[in-house]
Order: sequence, then C-alpha cells, then structure tokens
Amino acid sequence: MINLLINNQKVSVPEGTTVLAAAKKLKINIPTLCNHDDLCVAGNCRVCVVEQKGARTLIASCATPATDGMEINTNTLKVRNARKHIVELLLSEHRSDCTKCYKNQNCELQSLANEFAFGDHILLDLVEDKKYNIDRSSPSFVKDDSKCIRCQRCVRTCSELQSVSAIAVAYKGAHQKISSFHDKPMSHVVCTNCGQCVNRCPTGALVEKTYIDQVWDAIYDPDKHVVVQTAPAVRVALGEDLGYDPGERVTGKMVNALKQLGFNSVLDTDFSADLTIMEEGTELLVRLKKALVDGDKAISLPMFTSCSPGWIKFIEHKYPEYLPNLSTCKSPQQMFGALAKTYYAKKRNLDPSKIVSVSIMPCTAKKFEADRPEMRASGFKDVDYVLTTRELAVMIKQAGLDFRNLEEAKYDSFMGDSTGAAVIFGVTGGVMEAALRTAYEIVTGREIPFGNLNITPVRGMDGVKEATLKIEGCVDAWKFLEGAELKVAIAHGLVNANKIMKMVKDGKASYHFIEIMGCPGGCIGGGGQPIPTNMEIRKKRMKAIYAEDEHMVLRKSHENPEVIAIYKEFLDQPNSHKSHELLHTHYVERDNY
Amino acid sequence: MENKGLNKVDLIFEKIDNREVLEKAFRMSREEIIREVLDSGLKGRGGAGFPTGMKWKFTAAEKSPDKYIVCNADEGEPGTFKDREILDRVSNKVHGGMAIAGKAIGAKKGIVYLRGEYRYLLPKLMTELDAFQKQIKEIGYDFNIEYRMGSGAYICGEESALFESIEGKRGEPRNKPPYPTVSGLFDKPTSINNVETLVTAMMIMKHGAKNFTQYGTKDSRGSKVFSVSGDTPTPGIFELELGMTVQQFVNEFGDGDTKAVQVGGASGFCVPRKKFAETIIGFEGVPTGGSMKLFNSSRSMYNVLHNYLDFFTEESCGQCTPCRVGCQQLLKGVEKVKKGEAKSTYLNELIKLADTMKIAAKCGLGQSVGNAFKSIVGNFREEIIY
Amino acid sequence: MYQVGNLVKELSDKHGRARESLMPILQGIVQKHNYLTDEAMVEVARELDISAAEVYGTASFYTFLDTQVKGKYVIRVCKTITCSMKGKSDIIETLEEILKIKVGETTPDSQFSLIETNCIGWCHKAPAILINEMPYTELTSEKVSEIIKDYMQK
Repeated sequence: MINLLINNQKVSVPEGTTVLAAAKKLKINIPTLCNHDDLCVAGNCRVCVVEQKGARTLIASCATPATDGMEINTNTLKVRNARKHIVELLLSEHRSDCTKCYKNQNCELQSLANEFAFGDHILLDLVEDKKYNIDRSSPSFVKDDSKCIRCQRCVRTCSELQSVSAIAVAYKGAHQKISSFHDKPMSHVVCTNCGQCVNRCPTGALVEKTYIDQVWDAIYDPDKHVVVQTAPAVRVALGEDLGYDPGERVTGKMVNALKQLGFNSVLDTDFSADLTIMEEGTELLVRLKKALVDGDKAISLPMFTSCSPGWIKFIEHKYPEYLPNLSTCKSPQQMFGALAKTYYAKKRNLDPSKIVSVSIMPCTAKKFEADRPEMRASGFKDVDYVLTTRELAVMIKQAGLDFRNLEEAKYDSFMGDSTGAAVIFGVTGGVMEAALRTAYEIVTGREIPFGNLNITPVRGMDGVKEATLKIEGCVDAWKFLEGAELKVAIAHGLVNANKIMKMVKDGKASYHFIEIMGCPGGCIGGGGQPIPTNMEIRKKRMKAIYAEDEHMVLRKSHENPEVIAIYKEFLDQPNSHKSHELLHTHYVERDNY
Repeated sequence: MENKGLNKVDLIFEKIDNREVLEKAFRMSREEIIREVLDSGLKGRGGAGFPTGMKWKFTAAEKSPDKYIVCNADEGEPGTFKDREILDRVSNKVHGGMAIAGKAIGAKKGIVYLRGEYRYLLPKLMTELDAFQKQIKEIGYDFNIEYRMGSGAYICGEESALFESIEGKRGEPRNKPPYPTVSGLFDKPTSINNVETLVTAMMIMKHGAKNFTQYGTKDSRGSKVFSVSGDTPTPGIFELELGMTVQQFVNEFGDGDTKAVQVGGASGFCVPRKKFAETIIGFEGVPTGGSMKLFNSSRSMYNVLHNYLDFFTEESCGQCTPCRVGCQQLLKGVEKVKKGEAKSTYLNELIKLADTMKIAAKCGLGQSVGNAFKSIVGNFREEIIY
Repeated sequence: MYQVGNLVKELSDKHGRARESLMPILQGIVQKHNYLTDEAMVEVARELDISAAEVYGTASFYTFLDTQVKGKYVIRVCKTITCSMKGKSDIIETLEEILKIKVGETTPDSQFSLIETNCIGWCHKAPAILINEMPYTELTSEKVSEIIKDYMQK
C-alpha cells in the first residue's frame, strides 16, 4: 500500500492508484474534464492539476500515480489560479452561447465555469477567428466544433470502446481539432452513429440530432394519430434525467407521462422484441437444419443478431463479407414501425398515412436506422421520428409534468403486451437469453433447465461471453438436433464485436449463434441514454432490467398473447411470406474508409 | 560565481580514431562506463541538462531484455544548428557514442531520430553508418543503429513525443511518470540523448572524466557547441568552454551594438544589455542547448517576441489547454497591446497567464513558452507597447 | 492528382505493416509525390489496417506530410526570427514575382508550391529555404532567382 497526504489527511491506496482516485477516497473532489471512467488516461485538459510538495510544476492528478510520502494540496492559491486560467482558456476557444445550447445545464464545462470563471473574463475571445465547422450530416447527431474543448474523450471512445476511429485528432497547435477523415461529413465516413461519443462529450460539441419539435408538431396536429413505442432499456434509465438514482425502474410513470404528453397510443417495443424472438429463433433453427441436416453449404453460420443498428453499420463497413450471416430480422423498432402502419392501422381502422410513428430509444443509431431506405415496408416511413431517452426527459420537463408523483399506467393495446424475455433485450446477453428460452422449448418441449429461467452464463459485463447448451430430448420435429451442442457467444461494445469478428474470420470460432450489441453493456449503455455513463451506472441499469424481467408474469416470448394473436390474425407463422415482407430486411455493403 | 572566460575548445570535432575509443570503451564494464560519465558531470546537451550518467544508470538498472538508445537529432529549437553540423562532420562519433551508451544501459538497438528538415543528409549518413556497422562488427560487438525521420514538428524534440512519432503516431508528449528510463520507446526502458551529448560521452571515454572536468564550472562541466546567429559578424558553430558571461560572449561575437541575446532559442531566455555582465551561460545562469541569437539596437523586440509566439502557436502539439490556448492568447494579446486595442496593463495579465503555462502545461514546450515571453516583456516592455 | 498505384503496397512491403511503419510509408509517398491524396491515405489505412481518420490525423500533425495539393517542387521559406531579420520578406517577394503565386499557393502547371515554414536550422546562413529536401542558404533576390530558374529548366 502507498501512503500519502492529501490536504494534510492521510490516505493509503494500492500501488498504481492515481492521485485523483486517492483524493476521491478522502471525499476530496478534484474537478476533471478529459478524464472519464471508461477511457484511458489523457491528462490533457489540465483542469485537475494539484500541488505536490517539492515539485517544480503542478501535476495532473488524473495522470499521476500516488507515491509513498507524497504530499498533495488540492486547493492552494496556485492551484486555484491555474484552474481559473485553464477554464478561461477553454472558454476562450468555446462558443459560449449557453442559453441557446442543447446542453445548457447539462455541460461539464459550464459547471466548471460556474465554479471558477464567473464574472468578467480577461482573456480574448478566439472563437470568431476559428472558422469552426458544424456538421449536421448525420441523422443521429450534430458535431459542432465551436463547442469542442479538445478533451479527446470522443476520439478515445471511438477508438478504445468501439474500435471504429471514425474521428481522430488532426493538425497541431492552434489548428488542432477533432476530425473525420479529411473533414468529410460524418454521414460519409465509417461512423456507426452509435453515439458513445455523444454520451461522453463534456460539452455541446457532440449532441444527438433532436426531433422533439417535430414530435410536438405531430402531437398537436389533429389530423395525425401518433403512436409511440418505448425500448426496453429506456424504462430503467429515464429516471436518471428526472431526478432518480441510476437503476430505478420508472416504467409505469413513463407510460403515464407519454399519455399526458398527448400520444394517441402508448405501445411497447417489447412487444416487437418478443416477435423478434419468434422470427429470429425460427430463422436460427431453419439455418441449423439446412446446414446440419440438409448439408446446404450456402447457409451461413454462425448467425449474428441484427437488433443493434450501430453493430449493423459496423459490419456493413468492416466485415461486409459476413452480411449473409446477419439475421435478416429487422430490429424490434423497425418491426414495430412496419406493423404500426399495417396491422395496427387495420385493427384500429386508421389511415396509415395519418399515423405518425415515434419511438423512444436508448440509442442514436436508431435515428439512422429509421432513415434507411429499406425501412419503408408499410409503404410509408415505418418509424417517423426516433427520440432518445434524453429527449423524452426533455419533453417531460417541457410539459411541466411532476414525474415523481405521476400514477403508474399500463401500456395500451395492441402491441403493448410483452414478456420478461423482451425486456432483457436491453442488456448484453438478453437477446441470447430470450432466444434460448424460446428455442429450447420449441425443440424439446420443455423449459430451459436454468433456475427460474435465468440463464446466468450469458449474463454479466464481460466483453465476450460464451456458452454451450446440450440439446437433449427433442420433440419429433427437431429430432435431428438430438444430442447437438449449441454454441453461442455474446459481445457488447464494438471493440468486442471486432474481437469476435476477427476470431470468426480466422476460423477460431465454432459458434452457431452470436449476439452482438454495439454499445457497452448493451442498450442500457446506449448512446442515447442519460449522461453520465460509467460501469457502475450501467451495472445498476442492468440489475434493474433483470428485476423488471423477474417481475413479469410471462417470461418467454412465445407466450406473449398479442404475439400469438398477430400470427393467427395477420402474419400466419414465423418467417412466413408476410413476415418476410414486413419484418425482414437486407443489408448494404459499405466502404471501410 | 565561477567565471571561466571565453575559451575555444576542440573536442566535439576533434579527429579521433573511432575504433580505438570504441575498443577501449568495450573493454570497460557497464558500471565503469557509467561511473566515468557520472564523474565527468556531463549534463544533457539538448537543453534540459539532465545528468547523462544518471540517465544511463537508471536505464541500466531496469530489468528488461529489450532496451533502446535513442539519439535525439530532432534539432528544432530556433537558432540551433549544431547537431546538423555534428552529424555532417563527425557522424562516426555520434554512432560511436550510441554504441557506448548501448553497452552502458544494455541496449542492442539504437535509433537516430533525424528531423525532416535534414533529410538531405541522409544518403551521406547511410554510407557512414554502413562503415560504422562494419567497424563494430569487426570489433565483435553486437549493436545496430537505424535512422527514423521526422516530418516537420518541433514538438517531436520532446523525448516522449519523439517516441510517439517513431511509433507512428502524432508527436504528442506523454504523461510522466513513467519516465523514458523505465518506459520509453515501445514502452521499453530507453535512454534518449542529444547528438552532442553522445559525442561528448565518446570523448569522455577517450580522454577520461578527469580531463573533462577541467573545463567548465561546478554546475556546468566541460565545453559545448554554440550556434551563433543574428546580428553578429561571425555567425556559425563554435565550441566553447562553459562558464562565460554573456558579456564575454558578446565581446567576442557582438557587432558592437548588441542590445539583447536570446540564450536557448525560442524556449530560452532573453538577456538584456544591462544584465550581460552578471549572467553566466550555463546551468547556474541561463541554460542553453546551444542557441545564441544576438540582437542589435536596430531590432524591434516586439517583432522578436511576436515571431517566437507565432512559432509556438503553430508548433504546440495542441493537446493540453495551457499550451494550445495559452500560446494563442499570448500572441493575440501582445498584438492587441501593440495596436493600442488593449491597455498596456494587459501585459501584466499575460505574464500571469505565462506563469500558469509554466506550471500547468503538460510538457517542457508549454512550460517554457513563458521564459521568452517574460524575459522579453520584462526587459523590453516599452518596445512591446509602443 | 497522381495515381498511387502500387507505391503504397511497395512501401508497406519494405517498411512492414505495423503502426510504426506509418511515418516511413507516408514519408515515402511524399518523397515521390510531395503530398498525400485521399486515395493514398486510404490505401495506407487499408495496408496497415487502421482507420483513414487516424492516418489523416497523424499526417496532418506533421508539416511536411501535406494533405493539400502540392507542386513538384515545394519551396519552404524559413520564417523564424533570424531569417526574418535577414531578408525573408525580400525572398518571398522575389519568389512570388517569379512564380506568379502567393504564399500558400501552387503554380497552375503544378511545378512549384510556395509556403513558409518554421526554423530549418540554417540561422547562421540566413535567409534560407528548402526546395523539397535541399537547403539553399545566404540567399539574396538574385541568388534565389537563379536557383528557381535552374529548377524551371529541369
């Protein structure tokens, strides 16, 4: 253990602990900007400088390991003056139109300015000379360089967590900036629109592209019937933007809030998640049969899940030769959208051209997904507007709702029923678990042999997880699978997706089915979720998702009564012609550079 | 304060039998080589002045099968051109110094990082390197040197930025600790030494530490090569004993009208005429990597300062706030004052900012921008304002 | 615009495909073509299996790894203090006159680019310029005119 003094208080920490972390142990708060729990140390903003006795200069507490006998002071005049200077320097390069900024009151730079740099600024405003660029090309987010403070969190996120590096630090000195390849629009580079950078940007330099006004317009339009769907991961995170601690489930209040906002019908993406399991599970079993029994060489295994639009764009760019391995199933959002303007319209006797379909997603990539030209199976844009969890919180605030004191409400019908298997789509391993719960039962006629249906090997935050399931006692139709070992793997965060894809490519993976989610932790860690994010917060959201699952009466997708009904009334059976028309899609090979 | 006066020395460019010195060094143990260099009191000749023997000792102490000796030939400090001259004239001694350093620290691999501006030297250096490698093979010593080129980035002279550059990345300085002796190039223990330092070390092997300590002062042992430019009738390269005053230097090199000497380049200090006599050139006074620029009374010190600040604004790597934005603020700030758009007292605010840069910037570049700024504004305030 | 052809592959074969080879490869392209086209950077990214943005980010850090179009002869005029004191402006003026371009521009025939650069290490022989790799020192307007005329003959 290392013993040191911080502000004259003794503290012991393990070797390798930073001064910042040691101070935290003493509940001494040192401000930071470039530092982020999920990312490697940068030490470049210098906001966290502290004074070390005997040192010539101040030291960056985030980047300096504690050493024995160190004496640190975090609040000397020297430190305060330096910090004030540093914050003012950052502000001098930053377009401080705070009252007009989307991140107003949710901005780390603004908070620091409140503490250190209020009142008159001595330094010169450099913004006007900079000819900053604002990139609005992506349907998912806006990159406004005039708000950028070059902390490089976005660059580290894109590289370390997502292994995409669509953005990098370019040029040097006064011209240094965060840039795509040769300043191309973000819509024209390898960006997956995952929004993890948006989630970690301390200012308004990277924000989701918001469609709040368009949604309000639709709600207020008497000619329009506005349906809204909510993704599984939203209900365990929305509370964070409305004063709750991470990990609080606010499903009922959220549903009520959506009704109060004026949506004509409040429905659940969980319904179409259950439907996805029927379609995707069947697809997997069919592929397995064709490959294993019929010996059809054209069948691509392993099959990859296709729910995560960040992952989809990633594989389209990086591993297009594996597009045939992707499940052809649309994501639950898009299945819902296609059904909203067909099945739902028919059942409710509505003109589909008058339906506005809105989704609330933990995701920024879903905005891109909804815009894809393939997503018009209903003859209209299947999902008109995608809002993030954060945007919904903004709408709730705009409407003046007292969220905490709202009564809990239930989803409308139809396309509002769901099972526990659907809600776990929100975490890494969840789609796999839901699929196994159903597929195993279809094949064997028995419940999957895990206590309380909790398939623990596929759960948790390990970057890559794998499991093997021996299939025994098959029903007649699936006898050919008797004794087979189903090998599955799960990855979350594109850096782990990349790892698995390399294994697959090198022939080092003998999996049948692989679940991949683009974001760390799955959708609970999505780019559209409340800010901040870190492992602790994601674990709390994950716990809440599993609690939500256990709390449901039905836990298996094939038991969802509305799912049973839609096959009876409309789709016929999984992978039917109609299903293929509405619920399945194809993918596009994209350039990797 | 010791004052040795101005004495010309011929050590760096002295013609020697390379092989003889190398064979002598290779007969010594690692400890003996390091002891000799420690005893000589040699401090790094790139400007920072870290004791070379200590650097070698620390690197030698690391238990790693892979270590590197890196020769810093990214001579970018405005006003410095001695390393180019040394490489041009006595590259065999640079290579020899690297081999000796390699023996001392236990490195089999040496890399010379040569600034892109000197690429024209490369064909000649390659020929000379071939001859050197042949020679060392004949001696029966296993050591290989490779050249890596810079591509126009002053900051790559900073040791950790230089490593990043060799590793194929942007030349952005790293956080320290860890220091290069523990984790340097490719995260291996690395001793990085300036061109001249390596040659000096070789000459210490030849003549012995005792001989070396006869020259210079307690804090600044030996002699070093100075790059003299600006308003002087005799610009060029001069090897001088350390420990002279700026006055003595000006007496030799000035044009009779010298009003200031910039010692140590853009990141160094400006010494005004009234302080010539009291200022020793060396680590006890104004340290320098060799850059000596003389300015006579026809020169505007505002222009000098503006030129330096423009240089730093472009050459900062840009990663840390104090340096990236601080340089821009100092530059725009003096422009405003000069134009009368800001009060002269604004210079006081800028001096405070320069002080913050000195203690809060990530690396030596940002920390030293304040040197030139404060010494020029401090000594020539009227010229900045009017 | 030039075609990179096999150059990137050849350079990658020569220097290897690890990240540390990035600089030598980019330098090799620039030596031949004086600047990096988007196509060249993409090819490098492909060979080294890194993102194009990273190649661009690294290249743009280095003044000599130009990502904007440059002529066959890149004239870099040192603008740091000694050269500035010793007549840099006259040299620029002369060059602008001969080449009929301004600093930062390239001649329409893509032969010459004129740019300013920071200290190139010839302060004792100021003013100095680099034409591609070659330094020319102690310049006067006459001297620099002669030099450029020689290049025009090449």
